[in-house]
Amino acid sequence: MSHAAHAEAGHQTSMGLDSRKMAFWAFIGSECLLFATLISTYLIYKGKSLEGPFPHEILNIPFTSFSTFDLLMSSLWMVLALAAVQRNDMKWAKVWLMGTAIGGLIFLGGQVWEFSHFVEHGLTLQKNMFGTTFFVLTGTHGAHVAVGVLWLLTLWVRAMQGKLTAKNAMTVEITGLYWHFVDVIWIIIFTVVYLIQ
Amino acid sequence: MAETHAAEHSHPTAGVYIRVAAVLFILTVLEVGVFYVPTFHPILVPALLILSAIKFCLVVMFYMHLKMDNRFFSMIFGGPLILAFGMAMALMFLFKVFILR
Repeated sequence: MSHAAHAEAGHQTSMGLDSRKMAFWAFIGSECLLFATLISTYLIYKGKSLEGPFPHEILNIPFTSFSTFDLLMSSLWMVLALAAVQRNDMKWAKVWLMGTAIGGLIFLGGQVWEFSHFVEHGLTLQKNMFGTTFFVLTGTHGAHVAVGVLWLLTLWVRAMQGKLTAKNAMTVEITGLYWHFVDVIWIIIFTVVYLIQ
Repeated sequence: MAETHAAEHSHPTAGVYIRVAAVLFILTVLEVGVFYVPTFHPILVPALLILSAIKFCLVVMFYMHLKMDNRFFSMIFGGPLILAFGMAMALMFLFKVFILR
């Protein structure tokens, strides 16, 4: 048995499932609880701000719709990267991995612009309950996106060095699980925070 | 074990991924449309929640592969997800976001 095959076999549980993937799903489960806490805190304090700016005065729906579209497309590029790695097409894997990372960077750039715009209009973390809950919720999500971008760029560098092949497809799949989780959380935030005002 | 391992890795084709992305795009356009069209405002909240739930399920089933993967992964994810939903509902009832009549 080759070293790589031996290492792969070492990650199998008694159920025949990959232990890394199983552990990562458990981690995603715990992240659900974290974001459920933050989203419910936002909803509990919604409409309880004593002074403005209020959500309907400051939230920019067309801009955030573009960010949502960007994150959804980055999810598509992520699965295309995984499909490319699985068929050992490393040329396209590199393209899609970089595309996904750029999608994440565009999202983060949009969030930085949005936060700066809000601060210019007087909405800060301490200003009112909307500011506190909004910045904590979307900021935590943004931090997750930033971690995802760093992870994707690391994979891209490994691919450029020739260290990422079809044998490491599970590594890309787990990165994809994280990226899609960040996407589904944004699907909820976009609806709950931006569209249901 | 071999069957389980094969089931864990039988992922959709690029064509399926692109079709799912097209549906996600259409659903996002519908969400924004529902938000802007005054006719839909009486049903705004349920419509947006349903559209959002469909998008969530599509990403989880096809992009995160839970539809094709071993059901054990669905259980590992589904359990905490139900717990998270229940906790969020409990918190909102406790803090009177919803009031039982």
